[in-house]
Amino acid sequence: MLRKAGVATLDDLFSDIPDGVRLNRPLRIPEGGSEYQVRRDVQARLSQNKTPPGTLCFLGGGVWPHYVPAAVESITSRQEFYTSYTPYQAEVSQGMLQALFEYQSLMCDLLGMEACNSSLYDWASAAGEAVRMAGRVTGRSRVLLGANTGPQRRAVIQTYTEPMGMRLETVAFDRATGQVDQDDLKRKLSDDVACLYFENPNYFGVIEDEAADMASMARGAGALAVAGVDPISLSLIKEPGAYGIDIAVGEGQPLGIPLNYGGPHLGIFAVKDIKLARSMPGRLIGLTTPAADQQKKAFAMVLQAREQHIRREGAMSNVCTNQSLMAVAAASYLSLMGREGFRRLGETVIANSHFAAKRLSRIDGVVSPHFKGSYFKEFVVSYKNAKADAVFRRLAKKGVLAGSPTRMEVGSQSGLYCVTEVHTKEDIERLAGALEEAV
Amino acid sequence: MKKFTQASWDEPLIKELSRPGRVGNEVPSDPAVRSKFKDPAALVPESMRRASVNLPELSELQVLRHFNRLSQMNFSVELGMYPLGSCTMKYNPKVSEMIASSDSMKGAHPLQPPETVQGILSIFYDLERALSEVTGMHRFSLSTAAGAQGELAGVLMIRKYLRDHEGGARDEILVPDSAHGTNPASAAMAGFRVVKVPSEPDGQVRASKVKELASEKTAGMMFTVPNTLGLFEGEVKEVCDAVHGAGGLMYYDGANMNALLGRARPGDMGFDVVHLNLHKTFATPHGGGGPGAGPVGATRKLTDYLPVPVVTKGKGGYSLDYGLRRSIGPLKGFVGNSAVLLRAYVYIRLLGASGLKDVSSMAVLAANYLWKSLDPEAYPASHGKELLRKHEAVVSVKGELPGTAMTVAKAVLDLGMHAPTVYFPLIVHEALMIEPTESEPEEMLDEYAAALNDIYAKLKDGSLGVVPRNTSVGRVDEVKASHPLTLKVHW
Repeated sequence: MLRKAGVATLDDLFSDIPDGVRLNRPLRIPEGGSEYQVRRDVQARLSQNKTPPGTLCFLGGGVWPHYVPAAVESITSRQEFYTSYTPYQAEVSQGMLQALFEYQSLMCDLLGMEACNSSLYDWASAAGEAVRMAGRVTGRSRVLLGANTGPQRRAVIQTYTEPMGMRLETVAFDRATGQVDQDDLKRKLSDDVACLYFENPNYFGVIEDEAADMASMARGAGALAVAGVDPISLSLIKEPGAYGIDIAVGEGQPLGIPLNYGGPHLGIFAVKDIKLARSMPGRLIGLTTPAADQQKKAFAMVLQAREQHIRREGAMSNVCTNQSLMAVAAASYLSLMGREGFRRLGETVIANSHFAAKRLSRIDGVVSPHFKGSYFKEFVVSYKNAKADAVFRRLAKKGVLAGSPTRMEVGSQSGLYCVTEVHTKEDIERLAGALEEAV
Repeated sequence: MKKFTQASWDEPLIKELSRPGRVGNEVPSDPAVRSKFKDPAALVPESMRRASVNLPELSELQVLRHFNRLSQMNFSVELGMYPLGSCTMKYNPKVSEMIASSDSMKGAHPLQPPETVQGILSIFYDLERALSEVTGMHRFSLSTAAGAQGELAGVLMIRKYLRDHEGGARDEILVPDSAHGTNPASAAMAGFRVVKVPSEPDGQVRASKVKELASEKTAGMMFTVPNTLGLFEGEVKEVCDAVHGAGGLMYYDGANMNALLGRARPGDMGFDVVHLNLHKTFATPHGGGGPGAGPVGATRKLTDYLPVPVVTKGKGGYSLDYGLRRSIGPLKGFVGNSAVLLRAYVYIRLLGASGLKDVSSMAVLAANYLWKSLDPEAYPASHGKELLRKHEAVVSVKGELPGTAMTVAKAVLDLGMHAPTVYFPLIVHEALMIEPTESEPEEMLDEYAAALNDIYAKLKDGSLGVVPRNTSVGRVDEVKASHPLTLKVHW
């Protein structure tokens, strides 16, 4: 091989690297090990993590503990899916293309939208892209953001939009209900606002029941209405397309994707008006036919002229590698649950969370839920005589992960709780017992 | 040539398989709680209540069959050679998948207090140290989710650093014409004007040209080494000096780092900021388009500008630091693509220092060997045929007819192998970009070269016929797919 390559030694293959920049010593990284040895050591390290089933997890805030059906893991473990790449050669990639097309279709139904891309990195970056898109489409630069937006999303939107010269302003929330303050929104809306972004349910878990009014106020001022959603909540709560939203984003993680200490997750991005699809970031898969057989179906990447590999500096976004495998997980998850199963899931989640909130309210010194607004699976709990940070740490010590501090939004004495279908009555009792001792 | 026929299931859309009443997974529900609520949906305010969701109804087996059939219509690294240039489609060790499927990884919530996730944090810490050593950087942030996000982080860091130190007058970024599309797109997202640097006839960027283009407007330059033509940029150090001399900073696009492990480091070349694609160089699977991970590293002077969080080690153990003084902020909601980071760590542990160096030696050997095995009359080298290649080689398909590179690509698919990247870089006529990686054995490289040579001979004597014909579907009508009248983006 060396002879054909035209060199005498492997080192000669690197003779084009000038002396001044060639590394003349070994890398300072420990030598490699056998598969067995590495597996044993890395798994031993990972086992120091405190996770279910040994530990109970009631944390939410943008990703949430849900059950991942075995069939979903089986599908995403198919090497044909996970060891392939972007379906540039459509004829040998129909499988991934169809799976992504089905993801887009299922998400359009779930969200009530007309076009969904085949994934972005996560909710926060999708929200960042949505606000940027609103700036492009409207040519305006002020952005109104519910003050009850998750802090992670708010910070990422800031990073994404600052270079465009966009200015974020928050719209206050009602201290009693936890919902966006309609009067404050009215006051702040004007003809220089690119978009209103709010979450539903919001960061406090509260359902924004005046979402339609907010969307219509924003659109009345010529701004886009952008909503961030938890897809599981759409089992019982109206879809964004039904209350006047132009761009819907969200976190697809609860649709069959593990928490994985932060990722990979799934950024959902969809638009209501098909005309807006041309300004969207990310990949879109379309249904077409083989050139020689108009009766057969075939799938291909479409509207690629929006993307970086064609448009370069004029592209809608720089995104290339996305979260395709996670979109396949979401498509298979939604197919498994189906119309009936998905509804039952929503009913279980809302029942469990309401049961838990009520149970915690019986504890002395605890207000649960803190806000009066209706909630789905998360709710804020406040403590009369304890700091949220301390309660959070004390609970963790007892093997209960719950009450992540909500910080400045509602003071330093409240935490966020998330209850889903994975929690039993016994789990909730254990949480209540631990909280009683922690406050 | 081997005979190959890809599965062709003519599989309906999943919605077409639906029959009312079927459920594929029994939802967990504790009767002790559920029985207390007669109609839980009534807890949603009436104005926001949803009557039903239109989802398909199938049994578990039906869902599995559907997606398994789709998977059989998808070509992958574990099925055959996949030399998609610039994508580094190498083998992904199975043991990484097994480790990443541990409950202690999958179940960890990103908001858990650090004392409950010391295991994964210690892995992040060691990974961060290893990536810094491989690139000659001071510190890495592991938070960015893909290469393009790493690029965006990098140019934002340059922007903020310059604003802090001399105001915002510098609004241009230099990008060579051979760069990936993500480079100019990332620079534009960060608010910069892109100034194109033309490469010379030998495919490389000259420092003298960079000196001409660099000015008091220059914030920096994004530079890919080796470049997308597979060539090491011989004047890289002088290019860095030229940009630094004009007051700008240097960004290293690590997309092609698979050629340089243990051989050269961007830090020693003069770069200030670096990103790596873990799904390329560090063998994490490409997932049909993602997820990946694109950590970003910096020299000491730019460390404070890294995207948060970064992992730290202190008296109380490992933790995530969100408080970097001058950080550009976060680009992702939670931590990073942690399960991808874990796989890259496993890869580094398996190979170690000398194994990583071997990876690059073998990847470069394979690229040069395959390139030299091609008929130079059919596939002339794009640039400098006397120069060594690094991770990949770019050739043109000889002949004037437009579209021949695509025809060659489709003919390759018919043989049970994946096509090279086509029509990129944009500066090469009828381009084929071939990156075999270190994973392919000699006989596979021979087979691939023979296939390309044979396809060209058939193309020339008119015997190639219609291609592809052995794939799930024949040539897909991509024009129709994007036409406003026939465009269908959901069902």
